[in-house]
Order: sequence, then C-alpha cells, then structure tokens
Amino acid sequence: MLALFYIFIGVAMGVSVWQITRILDFRGVIANDEDNAKQGKYAIYFMVFLYAMMIYCLIAMNVIMLPESASIEGEHDDRLFNITFWLIGIVQFIMQFLIFYFTFKYRGNKNNKAKFYADSHKLEMIWTIIPAVVLVILIGYGLWQWNNVMDIEDEDAVVIEVYAYQWGWHARYAGDDNTLGAGNVNYIKGINTMGVDMSDVNAQDDKQVTELYLPKGKKVHFKFRSQDVLHSAYMPHFRAQMNCVPGMVTEFAFTPKYTTEEMRMQSEVREKTKGINKIRAAKGEDFYEFDYLLLCNKICGTSHYSMQMKITVVEQEEYEAWVSEQPTLATVIQ
Amino acid sequence: MSDHHHKETFVTKYIFSQDHKMISKQFLITGMFMGIIAVLMSMLFRLQLAWPDTSFSIIEAFLGRHQTDGVMSPDIYLALVTIHGTIMVFFVLTAGLSGTFSNLLIPLQIGARDMASGFLNMISYWLFFLSSVIMVISLFVEAGPASAGWTVYPPLSALPQAIPGSGAGMTLWLVSMAIFIASSLIGALNYIVTVLNLRTKGMKMTRLPLTIWAFFITAIIGVVSFPVLLSAALLLVFDRSFGTSFYLSDIFISGEVLHYQGGSPVLFEHLFWFLGHPEVYIVLLPALGITSEVISTNARKPIFGYRAMVMSIMAIAFLSTIVWGHHMFISGMNPFLGSVFTFTTLLIAIPSAVKAFNYVTTLWKGNLQLNPAMLFSIGLVSTFVTGGLTGLVLGDSALDINIHDTYFVVAHFHLVMGVSAIFGMYAGIYHWFPKMYGRMMNKKMGYWHFWITIICSYGVFWPMHFIGLAGLPRRYYSNTAFPMFNDLADINVVITIFALVGGAAQIIFLANYFISIYRGEKATQNPWKSNTLEWTTPVEHIHGNWPGKLPEVHRWAYDYSKRVDANDDDSDYLHGADFVPQTTPLLEGEEPS
Repeated sequence: MLALFYIFIGVAMGVSVWQITRILDFRGVIANDEDNAKQGKYAIYFMVFLYAMMIYCLIAMNVIMLPESASIEGEHDDRLFNITFWLIGIVQFIMQFLIFYFTFKYRGNKNNKAKFYADSHKLEMIWTIIPAVVLVILIGYGLWQWNNVMDIEDEDAVVIEVYAYQWGWHARYAGDDNTLGAGNVNYIKGINTMGVDMSDVNAQDDKQVTELYLPKGKKVHFKFRSQDVLHSAYMPHFRAQMNCVPGMVTEFAFTPKYTTEEMRMQSEVREKTKGINKIRAAKGEDFYEFDYLLLCNKICGTSHYSMQMKITVVEQEEYEAWVSEQPTLATVIQ
Repeated sequence: MSDHHHKETFVTKYIFSQDHKMISKQFLITGMFMGIIAVLMSMLFRLQLAWPDTSFSIIEAFLGRHQTDGVMSPDIYLALVTIHGTIMVFFVLTAGLSGTFSNLLIPLQIGARDMASGFLNMISYWLFFLSSVIMVISLFVEAGPASAGWTVYPPLSALPQAIPGSGAGMTLWLVSMAIFIASSLIGALNYIVTVLNLRTKGMKMTRLPLTIWAFFITAIIGVVSFPVLLSAALLLVFDRSFGTSFYLSDIFISGEVLHYQGGSPVLFEHLFWFLGHPEVYIVLLPALGITSEVISTNARKPIFGYRAMVMSIMAIAFLSTIVWGHHMFISGMNPFLGSVFTFTTLLIAIPSAVKAFNYVTTLWKGNLQLNPAMLFSIGLVSTFVTGGLTGLVLGDSALDINIHDTYFVVAHFHLVMGVSAIFGMYAGIYHWFPKMYGRMMNKKMGYWHFWITIICSYGVFWPMHFIGLAGLPRRYYSNTAFPMFNDLADINVVITIFALVGGAAQIIFLANYFISIYRGEKATQNPWKSNTLEWTTPVEHIHGNWPGKLPEVHRWAYDYSKRVDANDDDSDYLHGADFVPQTTPLLEGEEPS
C-alpha cells in the first residue's frame, strides 16, 4: 500500500514539474551566444569544483588507506602502484584542465570562426607513441612483479590450507611433515569439517585451527579450497588474494614482513586506528585494535559481508610454540 | 520500398511497426522504463549502505516481505545489486542505447529508406520487450529475483540452496537473457547488412559519419560475443535443471554432498567474460560515436583525425575480444594467462588515449555551441578519461590482486562505461530529439540536468575509489561487520547523498522529454546546422525517409568551417556557411578533405 503512496507522490511531482514548465518559456531550444558565455563560465566553475574535490579526497582520505604492505612480495606492488598512480594522476589533471578550459576558452560567438583542422599525422604519432612507450614500462614492471608474486615454489615454506564455506573459514596446518593430507567433500562428517581423508598418512599430523598464526619472515604457502560456492580469500594488508573454487585447489604465497605487534606500532596504522576509535567511542562501541584479517571478496550469499578470519603474525619462536600447542587431527578425530 | 504508400492502422504504425524511426523510439522508451527501475534500485541499496541499521518507510513500501521494520534483508540487497547491474548493462546501455540510435541513425545517415529487413527489426524489438517483461516479472517471485551478482557465477547461481534468488528468480533471469541475446543478435545482423548494402550513391565507407562506424563495429562485436553468453547460459540451465556438471564439482551444501563431479566454475567465468568484456565496448562505442558527431557539429570543426578515430574503433573492437581474462587474474587460472591478458589489456589504452586526445583537439580553436548535447559529450570525454585512467591500475595483474572486486573497481567501471555511456545516450537524445519527434527539447532544463548530473556523478564515484583502496570489498550488505571499515561510514553517507540528488535530477530530464514531445518548439529541418544526411529529410516522418529520390553524397560528413584558403583562418567560408552538407557537390578545384 505504502508503495502505491510513493508512486502517487512520484506522479504528483511529475505533474507539478509539468505545470511549472507550462508557465516557463519552453521556446528556448538552441544555444545562443549568451548561453555559450554562461555555460563556458560554468565549465570553469565545475573545473574548480572537480579539482577541489579531487585534491581534497587525495589528501583527506590518505588516512583511511591501507597501510604499507605487510608482506615482502607486496613491496613492489606498492611501488608499482605509486608509479602508476602518479602517472595517471598527472595525466588526469592535465586532461581535465584541457577539456574544461577549452570549453570556456573556445565558447561559441557569432563573430568567431572555428579553425579548419582535420588532421595532423605528426600529432597523432606523438600521442600514439608516448602512451605506448609509457605502457611498455608499466607492463614490463607489472609482469616482472606478477611473475614474482606467482612464483610460489619454496621448499621451506609453511604450508597452510584455507577452506571456505558459507559463511566462514577453516584452516589446516600441514604438521611436522609439512604435507597436507588429501581432502574431499565426501569425507565431511561431524568434527571433520574440512573433509580430510583420515586414511591418508599425511593427514595424521595435520592441525585444524580457527585462526591463522603466521611466522614473520618465512614464506607461507596457501592452498585454497571451497566447500560450496566461489569465495575469495582476500588479505588486503599482505596484498594477497585468491579465489577459492569448489572442485580445485588454488594457491598463493607471501612472506609476512611485520608482526601484528609491530604493525600496531606503525604511525599509519596508529593514526587510522585512532580515527576508527574516535568513531567507535562516539557510538559507545568497544575499543578497536589493529589485526590482520582474511575477508571474503567474492559474492557468496547472505552473510558474505561478515565472513572473516583473524590472522596473527608473530616471531618464529612464538609461532612454533603456538603450532606445537595445537592438537593433531589424528588425536582430535579419534 | 514496396510498402511506400501502404495504408497504416494504429497497430501497424505504433505497435507492430516496421519503420526504423518508430522502432528506435520503442527501444528508447522501453530502455528508459527499465532505467527508472534500475536507478530506483540503486537508490534503495545506497540508503542501506549509508545508514545500515536505519529504518526507512520507503524500503518497507517497496521491498515488502524482503525487509523487516524498514531494513532490507541481506539477500534482497544482493538481488538489488544484481538486477541493477543486469538492467543497466543489458537493457539500458545495450538495447536502450544501441537499439535506439543504431535504428534511428543507420538508415538516415547512410541514405537508406529503412533497415535491410524491417520485419526482423520489428522482431528484434519485440523480443527485447518480451525479455524486459520477463525480467520485471522475475522481481516478484516468492524467493526474490536472481541475486548472484550480474555476473551470475555458479555455483551460487546454480544452487537454490546457496541463495534464495537462485531458484525461480534465476530461471527467469536466464530465460530473459536468452531472449535478450536473440533480440540483440537479430538487431546486430540487421545493422551490419544495412551498413554494408544500403548506402546511398557516393556514401563510401570512408565517408561514413563516425556514428555509423561505431554502430557498425559494435554490431560486429555483438555478433562475435553474444552467442558465447547464450551457450554459457544454456550450460548453466543444464546444470541447474538437468543434473549435468559443466560448472559444478565437489559440493557440500546444506548438510549433503551433491552429485556433481568434474565441472569447473572457471569455465563459466571464461565463457561469461568472453562476452562480458566486449560488452563494455558494445556499451561504450555507440556513445563515443554519438560524441564524435555531436562534438564536431557543435564545435563547428571537423572531427580531428577521422582516420585515426576509425582505426582506433577497430583496434578497440579487436582487442576487446582478447582481454577477457583480466577479470580473472585471481580466479585460479594459470598465472601465465594472467601475463598475456595484462599485456593485451594495457594495449587498449593506446587507441583509447588516441580517441581522448582527438576529442580534446577537436575542441581546440573551435566555435563551441554549448547546447545540452554538446555539454553531455564534453562530460563524456571527462568521465571517459577519469574512468579510463584507473583501468591502468586494474589491468595490471600484479596490482589487480589487491583491488580486485573492491569498490575501486565499482568506481572505475561506473565512470568509464556507466556514466560515460549514459552521457553519450543523453547527448544523443538531446541532439536527435528533433529528428525523433519533430520538436525540440528545452535547453534550460537540459543545462540544469547536465550540471547536476555531472557534479553528482563525480561526487558519487570519485570518493568511491578511495573506499576501494581502503580494502572494502564490493557487494557487502553493510560494512559494520569489520571495525577496520568503520571510518568509511561518513564517505558512504556523502556518496549516498550525491546519488540521491543525482537520481532525482533525472526527473528534470524525464519532464523535459515528455513535455517536449507534445509542447516543445517545432523543429526546423536542420536545427544544429549539421552536415549529415538525416537533416535533409523532412521534419514530419514519412515512410521511406526521403520523398522522391535518395540523396547523393559528395563528401565526408565533417566539412565544418571549410575556408577558401586552407592556410588562412581569417579567409571566408568556402561555401558561404560554416557547414557543408554531404549532399553538396565539390566546387571546381575544391580539394576533398
């Protein structure tokens, strides 16, 4: 019923606009010199608005950005991002200036004549070649870094399986043999929520956990599986993301660079956290402390928006102590 | 045309019309209707994003059982974003844009009496109408409409257990899209055949206006890529209804293991994006074509670098079919493919840059007539540049890892294809309204419409980049589940306010449009003093477009402000006016441009 009411309001608004325009002169249809002068001026005002907004956002929103990469592999991502961002930023500022300044500068006037200028091979060559050269650099650096990140082979790496389901995450450490036991949805039963094949010798010493602990300075090799639909394991602080696909295993690897404690002490993080806590205090919510997170970043249903797992990065010794405390699957499931 | 002097009834003239001019209006009105639905949806989910726990009676009113106390459910939120995307991309910006302007302009600008097949053209519209009706019906099914995102990735879209919208809602979505694809294929084939076969005497391919080039190439991309989506959809239907396993494997859901074995969702992603990426250009190229025409006419200058423009349209079209993998860098496909797709993707920047620079050079030293259509075209160049540049970040696989599927992507594609294409569509409507209805649209309302719209577009999508860079994933019902996103709440409020104002501003356009149909000032034959052939037809529509013989073409479409002495900007106009219609024969000794 209420919907009908809103539709009625919409119609009433439309009719009133109609009535207002009946009074208005509906005969002005083609821009004359006066319009050109006015609209040209507005183009400049708009340009000022656009620049003010662009610059304001660039400065004011610095504090909400993700802090510097917490993985060693991500350092080059940050550098490549900065290079690209400066580059497109400069082009953006120049192009928008030209577009709106020309709109103002060359606004029509019956005393003016447009220049007949249909072609210039020289100019076109210039703006084909310059972007091409710049792109070669970006592509070169980008591909080098891509291969860098995607090169996940490392015998010493800590092997961890991340298992996504609607709507949460399980994780499994490979144990002393550093090899994961096989898994398949057919084995899911009771507390064996990750579907681990318990007849596999490699599975015996695997350890299932609800939270990730990662050692600082050591490569972590993630293997992702999904139980039901597509999910995406997104670890923004480490510049890491990979889809979890039912029916296959996907992989990603990175080396944590800072422990959670070190990260909390960083000025960027502290400033962001301060801002967040100010907002939380005003709403009477509890104090927030920075933590690494694993989020889901592929639409996966009702609770997609809250699917998360905490990640804690610690020093090697602390990590080893934590891992040894975790019970093996063999003991848990028996 | 044999039916030249046919008696027309109301039904043959307004409903089952085979006249391209009427069909184009049908496409436009249907597209506008669908557009209103999609915009209203975006308003609703913007309310949710800005004020997540607040009760709104408007949400209560429109969402019925999908809300409690004026707060929408997470499932209907996903449904809203899904249907918003689907309607905008396909029904508004593909059918509404291409369908309207290809139909209106192809015969008129190449000097043809109608489309190659008026009958198929009519079928194309009515299939589109049918698919729109089915899509609208799907909004009312019990469990809600399709909600797996407009990309409908399985298994989410395949299993009703995974999300309620994947039941009857998804079935209707697939049926609607299959019919839609048939409609757009029939339309595209018709456009291609018409451009190739029905050009009037003297209208060589190298003299085609850039609008026609854009529509022609767009139709080719459509014919190449849409069938792949149809096959993807069919296989999905098989998986959903007949137990096949093309996309599904090893699934445990609601407490049981499903029988599917051996399929892969990645296959669907490949098939979907093989259309999905070219689709971006199916949406964008017609808008760019319209812009070329409108900018040149209103700048009273030839479009700069006509040949380069045609070449870049072709280059974009070709490249668009080999870049789909950049949507899948982190889908689990082989990393080597990621390298290849990064390379091809970034190459697209080159023809795109050429186009942008050429538009700016066309403005340079022009005599700009700042009509609403011209402003929307200039706005398009602006948003195309802004949105295009961030493509350099997203197309680079190494950088994409961290911003994939965040709001950065949402901001990027809304600017570069959403806002730009809509601006192109508005430019086209303001410019060719006199050709459609024989009356003019009001300029004052046009100006208000333009400035509010562009301010709000930037107000919505510029700050949105930064939310993405803060790591916020898209398609989140709310970001209250993560303290680390608490500081984004204010930005979301600002964005929503801009969105609401921008959405409301479209009422100005609708009022202007519908009032002008009846009360607008009567148009003259060539109100914008343009060179192209459509302005040589009589203001009142007639079947067959031109009374008597078809016009003969003697030059390209862009002889604006041509001078007696090509090197002297102060010399007189060669033909006594700052425009030379394509039907004007070359003077003795005149160099063709």
